[in-house]
Amino acid sequence: MKTIFYIIQKEFLQVFRNRSMLPIIFVVPIVQLIILVNAATFEMKHIRISVVDLDLSSTSRKLVSKFGGSPFYQVRQTTFSYKAAEDEMKKGQVDMILQVPAGFEKKLVCEGQAKVQFVINAINGQTAGLTNAYSTMILLDYNREVVMENTTPAMMAGVKNILTEYSYWYNPKLNYKTYMVPGILVLLVTIIGLLLSGMNIVREKEIGTIEQINVTPIKKIQFIAGKLIPFWIIAMFELAFGLSVGKLLFNIPMEGNLGLIFMSASVYLFVILSFGLLVSTITNTQQQSMLVSFFFMVVFILMSGLFTSIESMPQWAQNLDRLNPVMYFIRIMRMVLLKGSSFADISQHFWSLCIYAVLINSLAIRRYRKVS
Amino acid sequence: MKRFRGFVIKEFYHIFRDYRTLLILFGMPAVQLLLFGYVLTNEIKDAKIAIYDPSKDVVTRRISDKILSSGYFLLEKNLHSVAEIGPVFRQGNVKLALIFETDFAQKLEKTGTARVQIIGDASDPNTANMLVNYTTGIISNYLVSMNSAAVPLRIIPEVRMMYNGELKGVYMFVPGLMAMLLMLISALMTSLSITREKELGTMELLLVSPLRPTQVIIGKVFPYVFLSFVDACIILGLGNAVFGVPIQGSIPLLLMECFLYITMALSLGILISSITSSQQVAMLISLVLLMLPTIILSGFIFPVENMPWILQALCYLMPPKYFISIIKSIMLQGNGMAYVWRETLILLGFTSLFLVISIKKFNVRLA
Repeated sequence: MKTIFYIIQKEFLQVFRNRSMLPIIFVVPIVQLIILVNAATFEMKHIRISVVDLDLSSTSRKLVSKFGGSPFYQVRQTTFSYKAAEDEMKKGQVDMILQVPAGFEKKLVCEGQAKVQFVINAINGQTAGLTNAYSTMILLDYNREVVMENTTPAMMAGVKNILTEYSYWYNPKLNYKTYMVPGILVLLVTIIGLLLSGMNIVREKEIGTIEQINVTPIKKIQFIAGKLIPFWIIAMFELAFGLSVGKLLFNIPMEGNLGLIFMSASVYLFVILSFGLLVSTITNTQQQSMLVSFFFMVVFILMSGLFTSIESMPQWAQNLDRLNPVMYFIRIMRMVLLKGSSFADISQHFWSLCIYAVLINSLAIRRYRKVS
Repeated sequence: MKRFRGFVIKEFYHIFRDYRTLLILFGMPAVQLLLFGYVLTNEIKDAKIAIYDPSKDVVTRRISDKILSSGYFLLEKNLHSVAEIGPVFRQGNVKLALIFETDFAQKLEKTGTARVQIIGDASDPNTANMLVNYTTGIISNYLVSMNSAAVPLRIIPEVRMMYNGELKGVYMFVPGLMAMLLMLISALMTSLSITREKELGTMELLLVSPLRPTQVIIGKVFPYVFLSFVDACIILGLGNAVFGVPIQGSIPLLLMECFLYITMALSLGILISSITSSQQVAMLISLVLLMLPTIILSGFIFPVENMPWILQALCYLMPPKYFISIIKSIMLQGNGMAYVWRETLILLGFTSLFLVISIKKFNVRLA
């Protein structure tokens, strides 16, 4: 026990004596949390459109003003040449072109139906889909108005209507920040934890000090524990700090039991740090270790379900994602913080993390060899 | 010149003898692109839905069928009461609940209106928003087809998705992944390889050798230019061959821009290594400071236009943002230099800025 304590003391001294490490570990992540949370939004506030109204009738003008009046749209350009509008899109200045063909009103009145065109820049498929949905909604609304104005109640008698009402639970205003704070916090803690532990043993190897430790009577398990615990404490502290910042600055809801969060966090960090140490034991230089950690980190982060939804991945990828510890913890954080899920609800994720922790930690201990 | 050549060859040996690093360097872009190209889609498929349908008549069944056959939804559970919604959401699988009112078809027939309620689990606001939009869309389409005989004056939207007709996610990931990996390999690897020499003490040896300091730096950086460039080609080639991401614009221009971006990242790496003394610090600076911002503040995943203006201003300080928009513009829209000259100039500016600072900071004496 005393041996472990000395290693812990040594690790802490090493971290705290390095003046340039401290701000990177403690200040930068919090600053990033504050900045990135504001940036990570899919909310569509300004869909920039270019209007090509070739009809110039009262119906088409009203339609255009419907778009202009919506808070989601911003009319950037009004032109009579489709080419000019497309050029603007090429320059990246507009997201959508609304084109009303000539003879629109006439067709609508004479033939009972007429077309308008939405030309959407679809390089980002997701925003393109949303732009399409919003625009269609506005058009449908307007269509209803036109019908109301031009028909008598008698004509409408046979028309049925289904009223759809929608509501959003747990986050009625669709505030992206409450969703992003827990997720990004997890990412930051993960990056710091994985890097610190991943570089640690390999650094001793590179500098040569590992030999000095190898000749001492320290047992493998003591050595790994001594390396793990300091970073575990740092990361736990960071998580708690980040949560407080989230609460104070972004007022994120904390519906569930905080004890549940920290219980899961303690297991999760154990997984991440052991993972880092495992990487550290199988590599020879810090450069290698960094590359390996980076590779897994990018895969873990992008597959964590924070940026894209897990359900829409193909089945094999969802199966593969069971090996992704970040996925479990982000789910737990969100379920407990936002929805107030109980232990029974998260138990499956929690036990998966526990199994993961045991497996990866014993692997790290086995892979660490005192003989080089 | 001969000395310099010898030095560059030494650097190449360093890299090529380390099989593991080399494997990761070339394997990583390929694996990641394949993984993300197949896995990450922005569209929604098979979201779990719970339905509460107390009336169970022809109309509600038809609406449910329409929704379930759309490909967006999978029925997870038929609810027996409204009170079940809370627990079902808390378990975390169901994303959307659909609630019909009692005697739906009867009310629709008699009074002309009936109500249906859609509840989204907005702990994931993005998915909830999209799902609710899809569902309302499906229901109003059903309504339109039901009323098609009765309603005059229909305005039909004709939608054209430019540059990416199938709304593939991989169109976003190719430029994004390039920006991220080139940044990593160039900035990180160079900063690590220079600080490594400092840490091991061999930098002293290099500095007292007849090579001039600039030659030392250029020699260290040179192999990474080569490696990054090969990686860029791997990503472009795979994206094109496997996922059919088109290269509409001119390929020489595209490669030239890649080269410029790589140079920028390398000069950033030199800058980082000139202000740090240990690999650990260099790595933490590059990763912590570069990784998430490159993912989030560059337009890789989140569109810059939607951010608050302060952050937009911050995005303009991020070199990857310019690179991503250049790549998208040339590759997907087929634009020429006339459309990207501004971004190109800005990248050039960044490069020279980083270089000037690192030359000023560079010290021939280490201690």
